[in-house]
Amino acid sequence: MEFLKEVSLLSIVVWAPALFALLLFLIPYNKDEQSQIDSSLRYIALGGSVLVFGLSMLIAYQLLGSESTGLVNQLAEKYSWFSSSWIEVNYQLAIDGVSLVLICLTTFLFPIIVLGSVSINRGLRGYLISMLVLETCIIGSLLAVDMFLFYFFWEAMLIPMYFIIGIWGGTNRRYATVKFVLYTVFGSVFMGLAILLLSLLVYRQTGVFKFDLVSFQSISSISSSLSTMLLLFFMFGLGVKVPIWPLHTWLPDAHTEAPTGGSIILAGILLKLGLYGVFRFVLPILPGTNEYLVLFMALGVIGIIYGALVAMVQLDIKRLVAYSSVSHLGYCVLGIFSNTVEGISGSILQMINHGISTSALFVLVGVLYDRIHSRQISDYGGLAKVAPVYALLFVFFTMSSIALPLTNGFVGEFMILRGAFVANSSLAAVAVLGVVLGAVYMLSLCKGILFGEVNPKITEIKDINLREAVMLAPLVIMVFVLGLHPNLVLSVIDAAVRSIIFT
Amino acid sequence: MIPLIVALPLFGCMLSYLIAKINGRDTEISGIVATCAVFGSFLLTVLLTSGLGESGPIRSELLPWLSYNEIRIPLAYHFDKFSAVMTLLVTGAGTLIHLYSISYMHGEETGRFFSYLNLFVFSMLNLVLGENLAVVFIGWEGVGLCSYLLIGYWYSNRAYASAGMKAFVVNRIGDMGMLLAMFIMLKEFGTLDLSALSDLPATSAVYLIGLFLFVGATGKSAQFPLFVWLPDAMAGPTPVSALIHAATMVTAGVYLMVRASGILELMPDLRFIILLVGVITSFYAALVACAQNDIKKVLAYSTVSQLGFMFTAIGLGHYWVAIFHVLTHAFFKAGLFLSAGAVIHSCHHNQDMREMGGLRKYMPVTFACYGVYLLAIGGVFPFSGYFSKHLILDGFSSSGLPANFSGAVLVLKYTLTVTAFLTAFYVARSFFMTFFNEYRGHVHPHEVSPVMYIPLVFFAVLATIGGYLEYVLPAAFGEVLEHKTIAEIVISGLKGSILAYAGIGLAYALYGRRVNSLDSTKGTNSSALGVLVRIAQDKFYIDEIYSVLIVEPLRTLAFVTWRVGDVLGIDWIVNSLGYSVQATGEVVRRAQCGDTRFYAFMIALFMLLVPWFLL
Repeated sequence: MEFLKEVSLLSIVVWAPALFALLLFLIPYNKDEQSQIDSSLRYIALGGSVLVFGLSMLIAYQLLGSESTGLVNQLAEKYSWFSSSWIEVNYQLAIDGVSLVLICLTTFLFPIIVLGSVSINRGLRGYLISMLVLETCIIGSLLAVDMFLFYFFWEAMLIPMYFIIGIWGGTNRRYATVKFVLYTVFGSVFMGLAILLLSLLVYRQTGVFKFDLVSFQSISSISSSLSTMLLLFFMFGLGVKVPIWPLHTWLPDAHTEAPTGGSIILAGILLKLGLYGVFRFVLPILPGTNEYLVLFMALGVIGIIYGALVAMVQLDIKRLVAYSSVSHLGYCVLGIFSNTVEGISGSILQMINHGISTSALFVLVGVLYDRIHSRQISDYGGLAKVAPVYALLFVFFTMSSIALPLTNGFVGEFMILRGAFVANSSLAAVAVLGVVLGAVYMLSLCKGILFGEVNPKITEIKDINLREAVMLAPLVIMVFVLGLHPNLVLSVIDAAVRSIIFT
Repeated sequence: MIPLIVALPLFGCMLSYLIAKINGRDTEISGIVATCAVFGSFLLTVLLTSGLGESGPIRSELLPWLSYNEIRIPLAYHFDKFSAVMTLLVTGAGTLIHLYSISYMHGEETGRFFSYLNLFVFSMLNLVLGENLAVVFIGWEGVGLCSYLLIGYWYSNRAYASAGMKAFVVNRIGDMGMLLAMFIMLKEFGTLDLSALSDLPATSAVYLIGLFLFVGATGKSAQFPLFVWLPDAMAGPTPVSALIHAATMVTAGVYLMVRASGILELMPDLRFIILLVGVITSFYAALVACAQNDIKKVLAYSTVSQLGFMFTAIGLGHYWVAIFHVLTHAFFKAGLFLSAGAVIHSCHHNQDMREMGGLRKYMPVTFACYGVYLLAIGGVFPFSGYFSKHLILDGFSSSGLPANFSGAVLVLKYTLTVTAFLTAFYVARSFFMTFFNEYRGHVHPHEVSPVMYIPLVFFAVLATIGGYLEYVLPAAFGEVLEHKTIAEIVISGLKGSILAYAGIGLAYALYGRRVNSLDSTKGTNSSALGVLVRIAQDKFYIDEIYSVLIVEPLRTLAFVTWRVGDVLGIDWIVNSLGYSVQATGEVVRRAQCGDTRFYAFMIALFMLLVPWFLL
């Protein structure tokens, strides 16, 4: 019976957001009471997303409470999806520490996004439905251990994201949307090929096409050339999402054009799914690729420096933050391919940290955009005078972003660099340069919008209001909680991380 | 008790901000709360220090923090005699400067100011009490943040905001060195404890640790080549300059190097590098200070120069002497800055000494205190500066550096001797320009309030008697000093002050009765000396050189990376791929035109072509 309880819980957390989306869909239209309906839609979505957060906490509670199996891939749910004598595809969900913390991050950010939907002034219903469907897809791909199912959720994510950027985005949204979707699909084709090839290998061994992780892991021998090809195919698909340099150019456009909520989802969660895929599938299935670890660590380091350099000369606030994501995700790439406990754990910790601090920065940029409708740095200046609380928060999250000790950013970078130093000192030493460049671009941004004479365009601007404060408060708290006690995350992911280290 | 010492200023930081927020306006209460918080820390430190003798070092662990896998890096504090000295300095000088600020910052945004100032003290306490390098790094970066916030306190002036940013970024370059040192140490020895620094083996990795720690120190302590931020940091309110950019934060590098003395003892080469950097910085900054007309700029370059003296002491292997100079320097330099603040305050924010003069009549207390500080920093016996500076110069004879360095060391010794002379000269110059002759300004100057001059008097007393520490301090570092009789001390003291007399005398000759024409507006004096003065005024164009060599190339690189790498490079490929698919579709679509004659033509064409291919 205990087993059954857990069974349903994973599926519930996956599908609950979709159910709420359906609920929103069923609420009748009424042109005359549009604003009333809008606010009730918002409350339902908010309630739903908070409920899902509660569910993820419940899962965390159950998972951490059970001492039986540790946290290594408790295979919790498995139903046959379609199968015959030669093929077997399962709806198979499982959870370990790493998926748990990423799910918690997802469900933690969604209420904030729903709160931010106030600034969506047309098609609110569609926006919220898209968001909730997206949440289902994200959680689904974080729990799927059958690669067929994973691929399903992975691709399904594109549909709501397509609408979110394409309908509620900025002026250049068409280009951004098409670029984002084509980029991702192009990468995914290769990943799909890799999955098919793997299942073909399983077929050659067992006579049945299977897609689950365990079968893939038990493939007895992959020739080194085939393994290289598979790795590159996977990395092409997953690397677009991360993004690993040089597959990153969709990101600045998509981030910049997306509405605030979309940017938060993109930066906070979607980018992490690429590295989650690396962690969940690539490293366990294709181990023994030591020489490629260095290649990808190097790409990570290039991303750190390159992203930071480009961020330094951006004139658009969102674009600057977007390039800072390229740089930050470079650290995560560096860590996850270091094949050390600290490096990989630090990488996952840094995904959480980046999810917190960059989401906060996007919320803050959104606050400005809602009021002034401009993202240009030159349209601001002197905000510290007219909106002191805003300025305080902006500097605060800047410090989190540039990894000041006692904030969350520091512990993540520290762990990653610690691991990277053990794996490859010279690459790690170059990565440390990012510490200086990060300070340069973030502080120039602060200087540009917060300091100097008050720009005449913003003399009437209002400081942070209560709703925005409620959105940011949890993020402020998390910055300190993780900055002071990173073991909150590290202890949860430890066992899962250890299981994929190879010697 | 240690966590409480650290936490009090943090509470003060939040309280003073909240008080101003809740009140809706800025009042003195913020300042009083902040001052009390720091004073509370000071009292607790005194209590703790007095009990230190019998029990040995005290440690206190708060959180496991970065302890993960095999590494243990807790958030823990460690209180030994050395920390005690530094903590007393930070909280003691901190209290006086907080007190002074209550009056100085009257009418400004005091809530913000005092919360930053308390946050600074909190960070500084982390720095000097941290048990391992990571906790030290909390303070290290924390003081950088506070420095950034306080330099840019008057952020509406974009130049001030830029100065703050410059300080942060240049410091970060140093911090990078510190991070590298930490990671190498972790990789090689698996620990970051400060106590482990003293017994590392003499390997190349340890050499790198020492070198990178020194890079970190040059950033925070404004040594060559990373000193450029400190003169610009004078954009902050003057009490900030006194506390952060004279007495405490900039000595963090000295603190760190003394903690790493175990490594330096193994590496004479490294010590020689430190010595060289110290003397060069010291001499360069003294030259520049001689030509400045902004009273705060004189003091800023003076600080850089005096920090060079401290690094010289470290390079010579006399670690406690470096700390001795940290202390005496804190007394007279904090005092000098606070006096300068009083002068600026009374001249309505004018900082140009050419428009001052004759202030001794209007501000007798400030005048007297400034005179005491002058004697102290100049190195006149028996004021405090004499003792520490004398020990540094004497130290050249017992450096323990290998014989092959001896020629270079001798040159450095003479350079530093000249620097000591210049020190007396430029401070005396500022003294005469400010307080002597007739008043040349426009507003009416007046003496400052007692809240401001009481700290001045305190520092003046300390600057006078601080030399006594020579007989207390060595015990804290386990060193024994040779015993001298009073007569010996006095005689060598009078002899050792000659340089100071000469410097002050020269300054009096040049500035005692008039403002020297060399300092008048730029470009009017074309004599060789005039040109030299102008070059020194322009800091030997160091900022311009950095701009050409580093800042502009980096900006260009960034721009090229963006326009060429991203837009022309990767995006061009991406877009062309996209368009080529579209274009192919376009061409193929045209083929489906529904025109029978076109189809017939194509069929005929292929019928002709296919056999040709086959044959």
